[in-house]
Amino acid sequence: MAQTLFDKIWNQHTVAVSDGGSALITIDRVFLHERTGAAALKRMAEMGRAVLDPARVFAVMDHIVDTRIGRGDDTLMPGGSGFITETRAACREAGIRLFDVNDRDQGIVHIISGEQGIVLPGLTLVAPDSHTCTQGAFGALAWGIGSSEAEHAMVTSTLRLERPKTMRVRFEGELSFGVTAKDMILTLIAQHGAGGGAGHVVEFAGEAVKALDMEARMTLCNMATEFSAMTGIIAPDAKTFEYVSGRPLAPADFDDPAWAELVSDAGASFDREITIDASQIAPMVSWGTSPEQAIAIDGKVPGGPARAHEYMDLPAGQTLEGIALDAAFIGSCTNSRISDLRRAASILHGQHIAPSIKKALVVPGSLAVKRQAETEGLDKVFEAAGFEWRMSGCSLCFYAGGEGFPEGSRTISSTNRNFEGRQGPGIRTHIASPETVAASAIAGAIADPRAYAKEKA
Amino acid sequence: MTAFPQPFSSIAAPLMRDNVDTDTIIPSREMRSTGRDGLADGLFAPWRYVEADAREENPEFVLNQPPYRDAKLLLTGANFGCGSSREHAVWALAEWGIRTIIAESFAPIFRNNCVRNFILPITLRRPLVEDLAGAEVAIDLCDQTISCARTSYPFEIDAEAKQMLLHGLDAINLTLKQSDAIHDWLAADRPSRPWVYLEHTQ
Ligand code: SF4
Repeated sequence: MAQTLFDKIWNQHTVAVSDGGSALITIDRVFLHERTGAAALKRMAEMGRAVLDPARVFAVMDHIVDTRIGRGDDTLMPGGSGFITETRAACREAGIRLFDVNDRDQGIVHIISGEQGIVLPGLTLVAPDSHTCTQGAFGALAWGIGSSEAEHAMVTSTLRLERPKTMRVRFEGELSFGVTAKDMILTLIAQHGAGGGAGHVVEFAGEAVKALDMEARMTLCNMATEFSAMTGIIAPDAKTFEYVSGRPLAPADFDDPAWAELVSDAGASFDREITIDASQIAPMVSWGTSPEQAIAIDGKVPGGPARAHEYMDLPAGQTLEGIALDAAFIGSCTNSRISDLRRAASILHGQHIAPSIKKALVVPGSLAVKRQAETEGLDKVFEAAGFEWRMSGCSLCFYAGGEGFPEGSRTISSTNRNFEGRQGPGIRTHIASPETVAASAIAGAIADPRAYAKEKA
Repeated sequence: MTAFPQPFSSIAAPLMRDNVDTDTIIPSREMRSTGRDGLADGLFAPWRYVEADAREENPEFVLNQPPYRDAKLLLTGANFGCGSSREHAVWALAEWGIRTIIAESFAPIFRNNCVRNFILPITLRRPLVEDLAGAEVAIDLCDQTISCARTSYPFEIDAEAKQMLLHGLDAINLTLKQSDAIHDWLAADRPSRPWVYLEHTQ
């Protein structure tokens, strides 16, 4: 019978199916970070339990670490160094590989997983972090869990799960100039709701997805959790295998016919199918406090929940373009890979951010991305434009109580969540692509990146 | 760990918003240690307090209102618990005393985290959720019914979650009973996917 890519990975990893219908699924990789991982490791130790196969568990310091140049274990976040030192001790105790604060391979978990070849096509991978779905871009079944489930995965190399439903989202046609994977996923969520993917694994397919490079595919899968999906997945192809080969923990070659099997068979049926015309997508910007409250940049704020209008201080009918901004952020597991930085830098080249922008940060997704950007001179472009250039980490993708944006700021951000207070108490966040952030920082107001990119052409 | 209490009854506190995210349930800055305790004080901090640092209560927030201060049952809208996977959100709710959440729908990671911590997540159609606001509600998990003075409804829950909640079962111990099957699976898998099995690199 024709199977979906998800079915193949799921079936292969099934140890047993219980009478109640749930399956015991083996987990090939677990990845922890210091924010939620220490709690899981600590609890395991309290219960006298050990990691079954420590060589397949990894941890990184990314969430709480400072991104100041010259950082160490101290953090601007009050109490943050406790998370760092406890995580380090717990990893040593458990015998798991840690990418420490200043390890040359440190970076945001979902970025370094690909860089290191930890995630591979066809694997199951879990992390106590909702954006683990990012790694579905490799054709792996990768999803976010809680701390208790992370313990379960480490102790037993399995998880017990209800079988999710399947959905295929096809983006057909070609993206227009200035439109990116970020705009694709925001369009899907805006059209089908932040709960639209609930209970499903979403396979992204279609011409416009095939045309994306690996980094853009990661951006697309990254926000599957904002769609409430269990995860997103993209069938691996030549681009995937090319990206993966030669990575430190990846196999030497991909000739085994098993790799070529990692696709949904022709005629495989999905519980739900959605098709989106990629050529109709415009650069998207969120106006409200849920990622579903996003519209094309040249649109007007629609009527939504009163609370969202109130928090964002934007009435229905207001034009999005031209709304004055106080801060700009380029970073996060959504958009901080080298291609993101290149595109933003090409808009910022020879330009300067508006004087009204009180804080503008670029935070590379990993130290490897940082080094590459510096080799290309991108750091100089950002700095000349008025952005601060940082060490890698999650940074102001979320507010942890230390560094923040100036009080009351309205920010434009290449991140994935525009929730109330996500970037700090009272901070109003507009999420968008890195090029939209760059263009808006120059304008000092929400701006259409196409106008800025064209000027350069 | 404590199983879901039976019999259970509580006043139903309405927080009828959609997309309530885990950053709001427990903001990152309220997670001050790597433990699971001391989180109740920061529960819903952005909404519960007018001024979070001074801990000045917002009288308009449902859990600050007299009938609901001791509520063990929360009613809410669609996609409750979306956002960050932090289990701290569930630990904070549990420490505060919430044992049941009735929502139009839940974010999937949050729902699993609830069951692991013996909080009962129930999904009901919106009008039925709204109908329970302010009522004293009894829940019979064995029979899968929700009742208040006016009415009673059945609810769905999957068989395994029900057993875990009813008996306070530890999921890891349950799985460890299948260790042999897991080891057999791993032994058979290793030769066919050698790249999955890494050498220790620490
Ligand atoms: S960058 Fe943001 S979304 Fe990504 S893992 Fe870090 S905190 Fe989470």
